[in-house]
Amino acid sequence: MELELQRTPISLLHAALGARMVGFGGWLMPVQYQGIVQEHRAVRTAAGLFDISHMGEVWVQGVRAEQFLNSVLTNDVSLLSPGQGQYTLMLNAEGGVIDDLLVYKVEPSRFLLVVNASMIEEDVCWLHSSATEGVEIENQSSQWAGFALQGPRSAGIASRLLLPGMGLPARNEIVRLSFPGSEVWLARTGYTGEDGFEWFCRAEAAAFWWEELLKSGVQDGLVPCGLGARDTLRLEMGFPLNGSDLSPQRSPLQAGLGAFVKFGKGDFVGRAALENEKARGIPFRLCGLVMRGKTPPPRAHYGVFHEGLQIGETTSGSLSPSLQCGIAMAYLPTALANPGTEVEINVRGSHFPAVVSKRPMYRPSAPPLSP
Amino acid sequence: MNIPNDLLYASTHEWLRNEAGLATVGITDHAQAELTDVVYVELPKPGAKVSAGQQVCVVESVKAASDIYSPASGIIEAVNERLSDDPGLINTDPHGSGWIFQLRLSADADLSGLKTPAQYAEQLGQH
Repeated sequence: MELELQRTPISLLHAALGARMVGFGGWLMPVQYQGIVQEHRAVRTAAGLFDISHMGEVWVQGVRAEQFLNSVLTNDVSLLSPGQGQYTLMLNAEGGVIDDLLVYKVEPSRFLLVVNASMIEEDVCWLHSSATEGVEIENQSSQWAGFALQGPRSAGIASRLLLPGMGLPARNEIVRLSFPGSEVWLARTGYTGEDGFEWFCRAEAAAFWWEELLKSGVQDGLVPCGLGARDTLRLEMGFPLNGSDLSPQRSPLQAGLGAFVKFGKGDFVGRAALENEKARGIPFRLCGLVMRGKTPPPRAHYGVFHEGLQIGETTSGSLSPSLQCGIAMAYLPTALANPGTEVEINVRGSHFPAVVSKRPMYRPSAPPLSP
Repeated sequence: MNIPNDLLYASTHEWLRNEAGLATVGITDHAQAELTDVVYVELPKPGAKVSAGQQVCVVESVKAASDIYSPASGIIEAVNERLSDDPGLINTDPHGSGWIFQLRLSADADLSGLKTPAQYAEQLGQH
């Protein structure tokens, strides 16, 4: 029996825009409208708009909310001022990744967690299982829609929608915009490496804001973008995708996300396992791989070889529209994880050369500026 | 969707143009639209003996790799080397310069199982 796919509030608008719809993490989502490469380029040079309504919005509040979040997430929410957010991870006791997410401190004791679509239920269960008195957890995922506006022209496009007195948030910050009859949370973040925003509104206002955003961006070349371009854009940046590059069997240290693990704070789920791993030596590292010359694009689960021996397999892979060559990520033994190491990727029985590369594999020409 | 009248079609979305036993093969306009941006073509080996329905090469888009099947039996006589440098020809001219290989049909090659343009249109739900 096939599970029925969930639909975002603007599912019908995607169809009208000519989207090709696919199942992703239990959701029916647009994979592309005009073409992945075209949409990818629009985000790198102008702007793109993604429906991210499938992602989860979980509110955590209460007098002990901060303490609680610091005990179940790896980053340190006490470092945040109200209006600021951070990338963080939820681990199991073995130090493996349950989910990666963004947490925003919207008020001193009220937080918004934006989590992966396929992990909403699991994350919420996990949070409930360790919640204490003085912590309220409210999963509002079905009540919210979200749109990612990404690309160097995003700020101009977003600012056209603001009313007098409103301002755009700075990088990693979130602001509440009180439009007449419509509450919007606007965060300056994204999954593409470009400047951009995530625009969260109530589900019933989703169609209105999707159309407003598209209209506001016409003069800047804004195009609707699907999950296909979202994947190639994040992969060029070496941003991991949970379920592919992150898993309960891999620690954030192996994934190169140590900067988002704060050992200076108190205890948190997975801490002991990570300290143990650190003490023993981190055995594998998630590496960027850039293929040399004209090769078939790598995909997930292709073997990676070094001097004739298999040393790992790709967790993600694609053609990079910006670099015009194949790029991938793979966990490789630490000794072979240094940038410059020559490896080979097995595509249908033939080996093609690739080189271990620093992440990101591609750098946006105009890095996002903090206003 | 463009379905030229002078071609035969496989249900797996390859087209075939038979000219006195030398058949040119590519993928249909529908197939290229489904695949989207073609970024790599793994061409078959000239001289290879293939049978009808046999997987002979791979066309890759950004998102996925798709097997291409020979619509008839024969020997691969030529491959479209231009696709190595410009795989996007499959998207821009699927029935013309985006052809993939030429097949010297075997003596017993049977084209009767292939679809006429009308039958292929029906398969695609275009009446």
